[in-house]
Amino acid sequence: MATLDIRLKRVNKTYHEGEVLAGVVIVQSKTDVQHQGITLTIDGSVNLQLSSKSVGLFEAFYNSVKPIQLLTGVLQVAKPGKFLPGKTEIPFEFPLKAKGSRKLFETYHGVFVNIQYTVRADMKRSLLAKDMTKTVEFIIEYTNKGAKAETKPVPFTITPESLQNVKEVGNKTNQKAALPKFKVRGKLDSSSCCITKPLTGHVIIDECAVPIKSVEIQLVRVETCGCAEGYARDATEIQNIQIGEGDVCRGITIPVHMVFPRLFTCPTVATTNFKVDFEINIVVVMKDDYLISENFPISLCRN
Amino acid sequence: MATYSWKSRTRNYEGEKEKLKLESEETTNHPLKPLVVSEVKKIGRDGSKKEKEKSKPATPLDPLSSALDGSDPLSMFAAAAAAAKPSSGGLDPLSGNMGTDDIDSGSVDKGEVEESLEPWASRKANILAIYTTSEKLSITTSFLSPADREKVVVKSQVAQSTVTDKVKNRLEQLDDFEEGSVKEMLNLSQQEYVMRIEELNSALVSAWEHDQKVKALKIAIQCSKLLVDTSVIQFYPSKFVLVTDILDTFGRLVFDRIRQKSSYIPPGSKKPQVLPENFTPDQVPESAKETCRNWFFKIASIRELIPRLYVEAAILKCYSFLTTGEYSQALNRLTNQMRGIGDPLVAVYGRAYLSRVGMAVAPQVKSHHINNLYDFINSFSQLDSDTVQNILAMQRLDMPSYLNLYSPALDWILQCIAFKAAENTLTEILGKCKKNCNNALLLNSIMSAFKPEFVSRRAIEFLELIKECEEAGFPKHNLYRSLGTNLILAAPPEQHRRNILNEVWKAVMKFQTPAEYISCAEVWVEYPCKHFSKKEVNTILNDIIKHMTPDRAFENHYQELQSVVSKILSQMHDFSVLFSMDKFLPFIDMFQKDSVKVEVCKQIMESFCRHQTEPTHDPVIVNAAIFICKTMHDSIDALTLEDERRVIGNLISGFVRKISFGRDFEQQLSFCVEARGSFSNIDAVLITLVQCVNQLAAETRTLMKGNHSRKTAAFIRACAAYSFITIPSISGIFERLKLYLVSGQVAMLNQALSQADAFFKAAISLIPDVPSMITIDNKTRSSEPFLMSFLNQFLATLLVVPDNPEQGVLYLLRGLLNVLQDYVWDSNTDAKARIYISVLAVFSAMSQEVYPYHIYKVDSNDSLYGSDQKFIAEITTTTETLIKQILDYCKGLPQNDGGHKRQAALALEFFHTIVVHGDIKDESMAKLALNLWNLTQKNGYGDTKQMTSILNYVKKHGKGFGGKPYADLAGKMHLQSRT
Repeated sequence: MATLDIRLKRVNKTYHEGEVLAGVVIVQSKTDVQHQGITLTIDGSVNLQLSSKSVGLFEAFYNSVKPIQLLTGVLQVAKPGKFLPGKTEIPFEFPLKAKGSRKLFETYHGVFVNIQYTVRADMKRSLLAKDMTKTVEFIIEYTNKGAKAETKPVPFTITPESLQNVKEVGNKTNQKAALPKFKVRGKLDSSSCCITKPLTGHVIIDECAVPIKSVEIQLVRVETCGCAEGYARDATEIQNIQIGEGDVCRGITIPVHMVFPRLFTCPTVATTNFKVDFEINIVVVMKDDYLISENFPISLCRN
Repeated sequence: MATYSWKSRTRNYEGEKEKLKLESEETTNHPLKPLVVSEVKKIGRDGSKKEKEKSKPATPLDPLSSALDGSDPLSMFAAAAAAAKPSSGGLDPLSGNMGTDDIDSGSVDKGEVEESLEPWASRKANILAIYTTSEKLSITTSFLSPADREKVVVKSQVAQSTVTDKVKNRLEQLDDFEEGSVKEMLNLSQQEYVMRIEELNSALVSAWEHDQKVKALKIAIQCSKLLVDTSVIQFYPSKFVLVTDILDTFGRLVFDRIRQKSSYIPPGSKKPQVLPENFTPDQVPESAKETCRNWFFKIASIRELIPRLYVEAAILKCYSFLTTGEYSQALNRLTNQMRGIGDPLVAVYGRAYLSRVGMAVAPQVKSHHINNLYDFINSFSQLDSDTVQNILAMQRLDMPSYLNLYSPALDWILQCIAFKAAENTLTEILGKCKKNCNNALLLNSIMSAFKPEFVSRRAIEFLELIKECEEAGFPKHNLYRSLGTNLILAAPPEQHRRNILNEVWKAVMKFQTPAEYISCAEVWVEYPCKHFSKKEVNTILNDIIKHMTPDRAFENHYQELQSVVSKILSQMHDFSVLFSMDKFLPFIDMFQKDSVKVEVCKQIMESFCRHQTEPTHDPVIVNAAIFICKTMHDSIDALTLEDERRVIGNLISGFVRKISFGRDFEQQLSFCVEARGSFSNIDAVLITLVQCVNQLAAETRTLMKGNHSRKTAAFIRACAAYSFITIPSISGIFERLKLYLVSGQVAMLNQALSQADAFFKAAISLIPDVPSMITIDNKTRSSEPFLMSFLNQFLATLLVVPDNPEQGVLYLLRGLLNVLQDYVWDSNTDAKARIYISVLAVFSAMSQEVYPYHIYKVDSNDSLYGSDQKFIAEITTTTETLIKQILDYCKGLPQNDGGHKRQAALALEFFHTIVVHGDIKDESMAKLALNLWNLTQKNGYGDTKQMTSILNYVKKHGKGFGGKPYADLAGKMHLQSRT
């Protein structure tokens, strides 16, 4: 049984635009392998999907937007012939350059927007044997020369009065007055963050009349897809990190520390067709499931 | 067979002695002295303790140890050890170094850390033992139900041929765990709970071995989630220990794997090499770094705070693959993040874990420890919060026991802070305490963590703090106790000492319950012992008595009271002072349970024997000690174990030996009389007493230079009478025999001939009672060797005993022979014949004109009879009988191999005696000798080596002056060669 494999030179599989993707195609077998040639396909594209919420189920199903090709290329790495038993390594190289005037966006795995780069090896074989395929994803990152994150501290204070969107809890009379008394202060060290560095800041619960259950930081992606019918904007949670557990001490500085997950975050992108933004929610869950949340848009970059 | 008559050789003992003397040389050095070790190396903590025990001067029971006065290698060794020890007394030597070490030195050797820091492992067991519960516990996990495990195993067998498969498989696994398979197990007893956790631990390891990294991580996370739950709060510390064990395992596994992955191929060789012990991140290959990063990313995305912190802390060591100097940053960050934990107990244990990990991976990073503490102090108000109160109310726990749950964690954190810390750290912490939360709990931990020197220097300050601190459920007596412990280890400044004692005692006296009171008093009693006079100690003893007497409270606190005694004993070695405290004996009286009382008495006497180096006759000591010894003595009954009896006997004997009235011998004797009256049940003591009295008699003789006055002679007789009366009440027969002999010798020495006679007669009449078997150390042995050695000794003494004019010639020796004749000898040995041979030797000495030794001022038979013909004839007839007896005996031996062998040996011995003591010139003697020689040769069972050496001896004699008969004899002696 022959196996086909691709091994990239870089272990972390991370490349930048303008660099050369290098690696080897490995064919391993105990017997001779007859084949009709091996081709290598390099592909990079943005896949957009419309959310059923924003455009309706029907459109979502049919009107899936055409993927945007960022990078394509086909290489013939082996002419039809025969591999001897054992391990055969065929090296290949491919310059990573965006198609046309586009640029290679960073790899990003989202819900409605996916930016993905793959390299695929296909071994064509005679009629009797099955063709073999192997796909490997590689990651594109911006070089560090992109827009620098500036430090823009964001102080905040949350009190019952500062709340904007008080949802119905009990009876409909003055909602804000019915809320327990509380005051949450804090600061995000910067609203513009470097993706490789953790998000930092602090939260202080100055007072809260009811016991607190949890203090959390929510990382939210906001994906916008443009299409013929306008655009769809959807916010979904990436991760939720708890920073305070139980009835935290009043007046103590609780640090905010969140590492941006790889693949699921990328520097903020805005193009004509799609947009990926990120937001932070600071959430305080109180006993009786009162939930206070404060939203902060942030911009990500790599430097 | 013809009768042989004994002819003894005429000997000139003085001349022979001169000839045998070796050339002597004067020496100025003690031959053993060079052996003394002058430099002592510390072996370690345990070693030093042992040494200390050894060092106690001259065990009381071994008078030999003083033989080498002062230069005894052992005591020298100990003395050096004591000198090497820092002034702080009981502290181990390492902590003595700590102060002098450069505090800022960045690199700390790991080994060093382990030694001077009480390792976590040793605390672990403690915690597990203390914090237990009988409540039902519950565990929430997805890894324990057997059905689930099977499923996993099946999954892992699926061939994971491609990466996508693998990913899919992993994802499925994840789903598995997340979908409802998480179960809560309720109603577990503590043991079951511990077992479950151990199961989790092994599940983790096996998952890891099966390459299910995700599962392993999941287990680690779930385990740390258990720490969020405070439902059975008394068990929390133990739970912490169990769970962190798993986390440690996890951390180690991850680290080892990455390390294994990062084996690199050094340039110039083809073999992959594992990273060296202290690698730098540059040496780590990119792939390993990537794996490592993945772990951290994975952990950073754990949703819950507490598992995230614990798991990151668990694999903290892996940061060393990525960058250098990440530790301090990471530790400080984690420390800050701990603030987010609302429950103060959970938080403080989290901090303790952080400190522990920090100490293990980066002992040089210190800032986070102190931050941990400060954060704890800052959030101290949480302890009073409603949430905590609710928990306590729900679990029906009172505040003191709740606060007790904090101690292990706090102690650990503070210990980490105090480790190699400078003194101002303490000042700083105290300042912070004073300002923010002056809490007893914290104070207690501080006192136990920091070096006693630091604490005692601030004793007054601490006292203030203790007085002011809010009790808040943490009992104050613990504080006084801790402070006391510190002050004992390191003395406070001179000028404060009295003040401290007054202040403390004022507070201690106010404790209501005896338990609280005694737990403080137990510690503090050592303080005045160390720094003040007996007056203060006495006052305190008095106070303790006063507190413990109502309602017979002492009954419940024997252990503490006992430790009070042992502390006093360890500090006060002057027994005249100790016993003169009028409250000491009443204090001892509080021990009303017999077993405890005896134990205490033993302690006191042990210390007495050890520390009372000078003999004494202080009536206070004597009376008190007799009282104590009497208590021990009276505790002995038929059921007492042999061991116990021996210990008590040794202690009382030690005491008896320590008592000396100097030259007031009569007083001494009367003391012995009194002691005999008091301690009549213990053989060992009686033996000692007899020996003491004998010694007394001997000393008297020395004093009078052998010439007794009438008064002293009477005294000597009194001594002899004492011994004579005392000996029969000893149960051991050999002890009795030996004592009779020794006492008789002493009596002879003092010219008390009739007394000596009495002793010897008593000994002779005792011999028939000697059993053939005796038990020594629980083994039954033949008594013969002992009897033989005793008899030989006895015979040697009898040589110089003059005949009693009222009795016949050689009255005693005859008596002895009669007894021996009738004694039932073991038929398997030839003891009887051997003894007769010995008697022959004695007779040959007796027939000399001058005996080989004499006793000063005692006329032995040689001067009494002056080799009178009648006397010699008497000897000759007796010897004839003896020779006949011996020969008959030889004949009577069974005619088999064993018999021949014994015959040969006996004949050889007889031959030997004849050659040495007998007169070969005499025809019949020569014939007898030759016959015996032939007898040894006859059956070829003689010992060839012995025979050769005897032959050589005879030949040698043949060459000397008048050696003709010997030469003739040698000529006739044939040495049969073995075929």
